[in-house]
Amino acid sequence: MEAEALKYVGAGLAGTALIGAGIGIGNIFASYLSGALRNPSAAASQRTNLLLGFALCEATGLFGFVLAIIILNS
Amino acid sequence: MANDPMSQFKIEKIVDLPKVGGIDLSFTNSALYMVIGVVLVIAFFLPTMKRQLVPGRMQSLGELSYEFIANMVRDTTGPEAMKFFPFVFCIFFFVLIAGLVGMFPYAFTTTSHIAVTGAMALFTIAIVIVAGIWKNGFKWFKIFAPSGLPILMYFIIIPIEIISFLSRPITLAVRLFANMMAGHVMLKLFAIFAAYLVGKGGIMLGAAILPIVGTMALIALEFLVAGLQAFVFAILTCVYLNDVYHVDH
Repeated sequence: MEAEALKYVGAGLAGTALIGAGIGIGNIFASYLSGALRNPSAAASQRTNLLLGFALCEATGLFGFVLAIIILNS
Repeated sequence: MANDPMSQFKIEKIVDLPKVGGIDLSFTNSALYMVIGVVLVIAFFLPTMKRQLVPGRMQSLGELSYEFIANMVRDTTGPEAMKFFPFVFCIFFFVLIAGLVGMFPYAFTTTSHIAVTGAMALFTIAIVIVAGIWKNGFKWFKIFAPSGLPILMYFIIIPIEIISFLSRPITLAVRLFANMMAGHVMLKLFAIFAAYLVGKGGIMLGAAILPIVGTMALIALEFLVAGLQAFVFAILTCVYLNDVYHVDH
């Protein structure tokens, strides 16, 4: 294979970062829901932590996207 | 050209200014939207400064936003960190207004460029380092060596702590930049797809309803992301400022 073709393969592989981000976001909301149903009175106070975890987790997937853009434009 | 999802991030010169010391000082559309953002923030806070005992609507909004950031700084870093409250406040509102202004059609999102977010992240980390050394002297470097570990563990822990500290400005900058850029590229792609289907006509005209609904959902998501990323940037600044005051963690 040529280097040009391998570049596109690499950019596609960088997209697999989304697997981890997807699992992580699902995990965060699942844990929050199960925790909130067990103790609904404490749910509201943990919403900022939920959003923080969601944003941190989403960012890891986007690092893969940035990597793909860098590879494609190199 | 118009069908390229990346062309919305193009920086164009509006006013040509001469180079000073090899740096192009031209007034670009990025700078223009930064100025618009700052003017909007000031225009929002000027009517809130009436200082009535019973707050009116605008004053309530101003007090709410003040309390929001003040509670964030107090809860995450502690009351002694209120010296840094103006910094966190500025960061939060600049990132928020840049994201919201960028959602207008044909507007430019300043935070979708890593040069802008990188400058803010580097400044944040520089403040942490300078304030930490200013306050604790060279004892500040103990944040890289948590106390109460076996001696052998320090050979592993100290490099890990240093690497994690040095990666903070990179992740802080890339997180905001990647969120903004990915969101706007996605938005543009959906909109282009809808326009393409409408252009085909016939049966494709009916199918265009899907990307149009998708675009509307994405716009709502992008407003959420704009607020969320401003919040995350501010709260991470607070978390990093924690190192200034709590050296022995």
